[in-house]
Amino acid sequence: MSRYRKALAVLSILLILSMVLVACGQKTVTVTVPVERTVEVTVPVERTVEVTVPVTVQPHKGTITVMGVWGGDERVAFQDAVAPFTKESGIGVAFEGTRDLSAVLTTRVQAGNPPDIAILPNPGLLYELAQGGHLIPLDSFMDVDKVKKDYGQSWVDLASYNGHLYGIFYKVAIKSLVWYDPKAFKAKGYEVPKTWDEMMALSDKIVADGGTPWCIGLESGAASGWPGTDWIEDIMLRTAGPQVYDKWVRHEISWTDPAVKNAWEIFGKIALNDKYVWGGTQGELNTNFGDAPRPLFDNPPGCYMHRQASFITGFFPKGLKPGEDYDFFVLPPIEQKWGTPALIAGDVIVMLNDTPEVRQFVKYLASAKPQEIWAAKGGFISANKEVSLDVYPDALTRKMAKAITDAKIARFDGSDMMPPAVGAGAFWTGILDYVGGTDLDTVLQDIEAAAKDAYKK
Amino acid sequence: MHWRKPWAAWLYLAPALLIVLAYLVYPTVATFYYSFLDAHSEHFVGLTNYRWVFTSRAMHIAFRNNLLWIVVFTSATVGLGLVLAVMADRVRYESVVKSAIFLPMAISFVGAGVIWLFMYAYRPANAPQIGVLNAIWVGIFHNHPVGWLTTRSVNNFALIAVGVWIWTGFNMVILSAAYKNIPRELLEAARVDGANEWKVFWKIVLPLMKPTLAVVVTTMIINVLKVFDIVYVMTNGNYGTEVLANRMYKEMFHYYNFGRASAIAVVLLLAIIPVMLVNNRRFREQEAL
Repeated sequence: MSRYRKALAVLSILLILSMVLVACGQKTVTVTVPVERTVEVTVPVERTVEVTVPVTVQPHKGTITVMGVWGGDERVAFQDAVAPFTKESGIGVAFEGTRDLSAVLTTRVQAGNPPDIAILPNPGLLYELAQGGHLIPLDSFMDVDKVKKDYGQSWVDLASYNGHLYGIFYKVAIKSLVWYDPKAFKAKGYEVPKTWDEMMALSDKIVADGGTPWCIGLESGAASGWPGTDWIEDIMLRTAGPQVYDKWVRHEISWTDPAVKNAWEIFGKIALNDKYVWGGTQGELNTNFGDAPRPLFDNPPGCYMHRQASFITGFFPKGLKPGEDYDFFVLPPIEQKWGTPALIAGDVIVMLNDTPEVRQFVKYLASAKPQEIWAAKGGFISANKEVSLDVYPDALTRKMAKAITDAKIARFDGSDMMPPAVGAGAFWTGILDYVGGTDLDTVLQDIEAAAKDAYKK
Repeated sequence: MHWRKPWAAWLYLAPALLIVLAYLVYPTVATFYYSFLDAHSEHFVGLTNYRWVFTSRAMHIAFRNNLLWIVVFTSATVGLGLVLAVMADRVRYESVVKSAIFLPMAISFVGAGVIWLFMYAYRPANAPQIGVLNAIWVGIFHNHPVGWLTTRSVNNFALIAVGVWIWTGFNMVILSAAYKNIPRELLEAARVDGANEWKVFWKIVLPLMKPTLAVVVTTMIINVLKVFDIVYVMTNGNYGTEVLANRMYKEMFHYYNFGRASAIAVVLLLAIIPVMLVNNRRFREQEAL
């Protein structure tokens, strides 16, 4: 064979070899070129993976894979939050975001190729994975007492299964907030309602004035329907109280119980009223949850109130001033004896592969630093008490963070605690069916049927 | 054919057979086995999963929708494909027309789903419509915008329309080849004898194309029993559009109920087998011709 042919053959073989390695999931490919110089090539494996390249001269000690649901701005914020870790340790962090986390994560776990870290949007998934033995218990290398001190007992309990700590809550939110534009309210002479009845009277007043009081958006791809579940949970806390709420979440009372039906009917008084909601019921079903608050800021306002969690500020149009252009009031009480309970939620970090680098990373994520970095950008609240309130970018976020720590009655988002077949399945589709016009008893019976199977397994 | 060393043939076939065994036979048997176990594949539960498949309300909706897809999708794609095949034959720029109609086949189902998501997009009445369908419906016909994917009376048909858009070209190409195989003298003779176009079509063209039609119909039925991407991307089975394959996916990956997911898979397999056998038989008959 001529020299040219030989070189071509070698190069082709190397090309094919590198492609095979890439296809087999290697994120770093080492290609040895005949001139005896080792070149390290880091190639992106899937569309959604981005590799954070260390900017110092630290030797590259490998990459940790992280899987989560974040995309867009949230993902950029997370990458900024972990940049100091990469700088100091030389370990890269590759983040893979997907809205269909359950499916992708299940496939990887079943295939024996899980990501090192996963950021779960609810503890229900944590319990499911822990039960399957796929998670590494954090108490095997972390100081649980320090975690308890930094986060408080309730956050530790929520991330524990069978007596072991499996997760750290990284990004938390309070959900019982109603967002409004104070300028729009002032222009029309509206006042912040202090009770549910006042809020309904305000809605009627807005309709009488020719406006639309509420914006609701239920669409969210494979997760469509979840914003409605927050409404039901908030109303349950305010009408039935925390003990009945706990029973409901544990399926100790049926979905067809009058207390549950009552909560849905109260939600229906707003959501099913085409005059109350921007775009009517069809608008609710077709509007993405992130786009839903936009009409608040139109001129004239498309709507005046939007009930949503604290993280929605990350989806508001840019350039708005918190406190002036937007503000919130806590969802008012319905039964005076239950006051204003706080419905909280959070993303929990779990560990699937046990290596010294991943252990180091988990300890870093549990510390105050990465939480402070993201907190400073807005749309993020930390459950870590070490994070001082001053890092939050505005008084509004501080108000939210304080609402979490100050709440007299606080409960975690119910649908996140239920088994996925209900909390991430039948409950979501139940909301869509109800808003779409299906009669309530049928909806509740369907969810109950799914719950009967899901809880007993 | 006479092989001097018959084992040589087996040697050549061995790698393919091994792959089929590992990736087809073993998973099928395993799925069958798991369908009799519970959600975590730990305990034997007999026919519980199958009872759920055939009695639960959610599954009834899925069965109903798959049936709707079979009837509407198959008749639309085959019917349209046939009409287009016959008409394209008489048009000047036949290859251009055929390529244009065949083009959607080149798009992945997921891509097509995303495209049509925008076509069906809904905005409330006072906002500008970004979806083509609603823009026409509101702008030209002055109606209220319709949530094509969220309104139960039309959403299944909206999804089927996407499937038809993708597959009609495929049918048209196959049926066109069959149509061109019909000897022109037969048609000329019929026309000379005084038959009008309609009679020529029904009495001569159609009977001669029967074997190809049978293959095309059965291929479409097999396709539609597996429909997943379109439903998953556009509605995720919500608003009464659930189909069997999507439900199987949800049970497996979202609800972690491996027993039920396997049961649905087995039911789908059993539903497809007779159609596949008919298809094979017809195909072999065609080859023999």
